[in-house]
Amino acid sequence: MDALFQFLLRMGDNTLVLGHRVSEWCGHSPILEEDIALANTALDMIGQTQLWLGLAGEVEGKGRSADDLAFLRDAWDFRNVLLVELPNGDFGQTMMRQFLFDAWNVTMLGRLMQSSDKRVADIAEKASKEAAYHVERSGDTVVGLGDGTEESHARMQAALDYLWPYVGEMFESDDVDAAMVEAGISPDPASLRGEFDELVGRVLAEATLTIPASPYAHKGGRTGYMHTEHLGHLLATMQWLQRAYPGAKW
Amino acid sequence: MAHPSTKQVWDWLDQVPDPEIPVISLVDLGIIRDVAWQGDHLDVTVTPTYSGCPATTQINEDILAGLASHGLTDVTLHRQLSPAWTTDWLSDKGKAALERFGIAPPAPKGTPERCPHCGGQNLEKTSQFGSTPCKALWRCTDCLEPFDYFKCI
Repeated sequence: MDALFQFLLRMGDNTLVLGHRVSEWCGHSPILEEDIALANTALDMIGQTQLWLGLAGEVEGKGRSADDLAFLRDAWDFRNVLLVELPNGDFGQTMMRQFLFDAWNVTMLGRLMQSSDKRVADIAEKASKEAAYHVERSGDTVVGLGDGTEESHARMQAALDYLWPYVGEMFESDDVDAAMVEAGISPDPASLRGEFDELVGRVLAEATLTIPASPYAHKGGRTGYMHTEHLGHLLATMQWLQRAYPGAKW
Repeated sequence: MAHPSTKQVWDWLDQVPDPEIPVISLVDLGIIRDVAWQGDHLDVTVTPTYSGCPATTQINEDILAGLASHGLTDVTLHRQLSPAWTTDWLSDKGKAALERFGIAPPAPKGTPERCPHCGGQNLEKTSQFGSTPCKALWRCTDCLEPFDYFKCI
């Protein structure tokens, strides 16, 4: 079923691309504890990717594994939202991006636990425990830095201003979503917005940050219509080894 | 051919250490969910702790090697995601072993009950993540020693 395959790619590509982005911090974080925390977060997301893309390959029925889907597709076949492929920027921008994604992910996974497809519900049950831990940490960090020093506050506000136009895409709906709603597999993304706004509004207020007024939303990632130029660079790094040495293992 | 009892198999699995925290067994960790014979074929059901835990592959290999050392080679491992693993499944024996090893075991209130080194009650969190996905970093302000906390999920 193609719509289910597309839906699973969207879930798996979000965690794959963000997991890779976050792993870029390994060895570069401001302090050791944050380095470990970011690496652990990346690891959870790559683990969730194995579950989502593993099921996607199974549903597609062409014998593709999670690894095949991760390493052997090009940018135009990726279905992640644009938010997760944006560059890390400074530590504050990374944590703001993480918080905005975590807030969406934890809301989405909570709904998916009621999915009519038991395989989807099982993955959501597993992943939601990790996502709950992630959003607690990223939310606390956003508050700590937003309501911190003059410098950290300014950086967090700049990060929010840069990232906010990429939030709207997470709540877009199309034919794939309609088919998923029809089958009881997934909620309409638009229906998550209220819960997301409540959580994000509360944390950002505590962080003394101002949500930009413009409702403008960049989109094209989850439909594959057009990614940002950043995704190609990320894939070049991530896929290089399998492209240069097909089938290489260790 | 008569095969060992499932209780015997559980006992053998209880001798397979966790690869990251070898003071507890895989049975203590609560990730072995079922052991069942189908004729002379053994099915073992395992649930992952964290979806990205890099020890998962090693754990599967250790289970197979552990059972093979007792002559059981016709074994299939099944991955079960639901119900998702919870630290409630850690055995009391495992929790005591963790504390002796210097890792504060998961506590119902979500934070460590006492310092595993000195028993002190004045504790502070250093980081939500530690050296493995299942642990957080804490510090005791009585004895000033850092310690790992096996976090509750």
